[in-house]
Amino acid sequence: MTEPIDIRADLYQEIILEHNKKPRNFKVMDHPTHFAEGYNPLCGDHLTVYLKVDPEGTIEDVSFQGSGCAISQASASLMTTSIKGKKVKEAEILFDQFHRLVTCALDPKKDPHQLGKLTIFTNIWHYPARVKCASLSWHAMHGALNKVQKVSTEE
Amino acid sequence: MKTRTAFPIDVIRKDFPNLSVTIHGKPLVYLDNAATTMKPRTVLNALKRFYENENSNIHRGVHHLSQVATEDYEATRDKIRDFTNARHRQEIIFTKGATEAINLVAQSYGRTFLNKGDEIIISHMEHHSNIVPWQMLCQEKRCVLKVAPINDQGELIFAEYEKLLSERTKIVSMVHISNSLGTINPAKDIIAAAHQYKAKVLIDGAQSINHKKIDVQDLDCDFFVFSGHKLFAPTGTGVLYGKLEILDAMPPWQGGGDMIASVTFEKTTYNTLPNRLEAGTPHIAGVIGLGAAIDYVHSIGIDAIEEYEHELLQYGTKALTAIPRLRLIGTARDKAAILSFVLPNVHPHDVGTLVDQDGIAIRTGHHCTMPLMKRFNVPATSRASLSFYNTKQELDKLVASIRRVKEIFP
Ligand SMILES: Cc1ncc(COP(=O)(O)O)c(C=O)c1O
Repeated sequence: MTEPIDIRADLYQEIILEHNKKPRNFKVMDHPTHFAEGYNPLCGDHLTVYLKVDPEGTIEDVSFQGSGCAISQASASLMTTSIKGKKVKEAEILFDQFHRLVTCALDPKKDPHQLGKLTIFTNIWHYPARVKCASLSWHAMHGALNKVQKVSTEE
Repeated sequence: MKTRTAFPIDVIRKDFPNLSVTIHGKPLVYLDNAATTMKPRTVLNALKRFYENENSNIHRGVHHLSQVATEDYEATRDKIRDFTNARHRQEIIFTKGATEAINLVAQSYGRTFLNKGDEIIISHMEHHSNIVPWQMLCQEKRCVLKVAPINDQGELIFAEYEKLLSERTKIVSMVHISNSLGTINPAKDIIAAAHQYKAKVLIDGAQSINHKKIDVQDLDCDFFVFSGHKLFAPTGTGVLYGKLEILDAMPPWQGGGDMIASVTFEKTTYNTLPNRLEAGTPHIAGVIGLGAAIDYVHSIGIDAIEEYEHELLQYGTKALTAIPRLRLIGTARDKAAILSFVLPNVHPHDVGTLVDQDGIAIRTGHHCTMPLMKRFNVPATSRASLSFYNTKQELDKLVASIRRVKEIFP
């Protein structure tokens, strides 16, 4: 690798540590229209994502609950804050962009995107074992919207 | 009797080329020996020698190289017979690992001799490889799997195990040393208790073969299994030891070359032991490497290894427990050099990634023992598993690194 790796700057940034400590929208939802479980058998990260979508296709509410490493918890928390109030279609576009970001297929400096502060995950591909932690909640959200109730990162 | 100061750690470390690599610019501190061990140069040389000078198949050629290869391959069988103090060389069956050896027993012995309602006993601390093959057998033969409980220290509750034993018990299969906890089980007592009910006992020695002197006659186990790669030998090698009269009664579990005496389309007669249970071309070079690994262990002495590792364990236990709020998972009185731990507020996966930046390799996760993780109410642990080439300085580095983790996750 050419550039030096700084794990505090790449992975364990303040914003991630803070979301891990106080995850937003961390609760079981009473009457979700969609939900799905995400499981990462490699490290045991396990969470459920709940969504309430109105008839116009707006994500009225989103929440998650589960346990896992700091990366998976913070990423889930940030996922909920970035799709709340958005259209389903917009959430799916974000899912695609996020997926490409963490697999190094999208360069946030060059390629168009709406990721906002989700770009803090830009360098996670330096840590291949952790990419699945960051994308777990996104896969669960995507699965829920597409009526897949269990997603595993080992597919 | 060797004295402690005589343990030639500096010389030993030089025997393992992989120990001198750097990771992220730091010297490797390899503390994942329960997953697999490093290979000494003598083992690597044995592989090279085979592929450069002796490459050929075994048991099937009159040409010179085939005979040399067969002799070297079979020499490992004798070394293992000696290393485990088995009575006969035919009691040593080569497999591709501990997992395959357990499956061999379940498929061959289990499917032949177990019937509906028979019981198999395992413990709560088993590796998945000593759970799933029995579940598969139970499903097929409608047998019952019973699980002997453990206490909060991670020790088998012997009285509860004894209560599970009955005339219905046909197999007891237990781990000798737990890969997640380090607990050393009282194998001899477990076996003696099972034999009162004429049950057969398999001991999973995947973690004990490289830490303790193994004497299968003294243990009186019916089966003993281990993997070569945890004994400083190549991956894809392993051993099933079985008492001769039991192996003799077992039908082949895989068909193919080497395991037959003669084949016609109407009828095949099988070869004698050990070949009958070793179908196909095995990992010849690997098995020869396993022989070299055993020679290497002999050159240091398994008793000296056990003593040195115990010293490391005591040092590591003290150093780790001095870290505030660190909780050791597995505190059995009789323990091997495996240190599993959890920290509040930090997931083991994050610990693993952070200490890796300091060049330290530990395992984080469920260690293929998911029921055990549930028993201790943790999703995963961080595990430092030691070998005789590790040092106290390396344990100091681990502790310093964990203290830095705690600064990030206060
Ligand atoms: C206690 C125990 N049993 C069985 C195994 C399986 O060994 P292998 O994967 O080499 O077949 C392991 C390996 O992790 C182990 O630690």
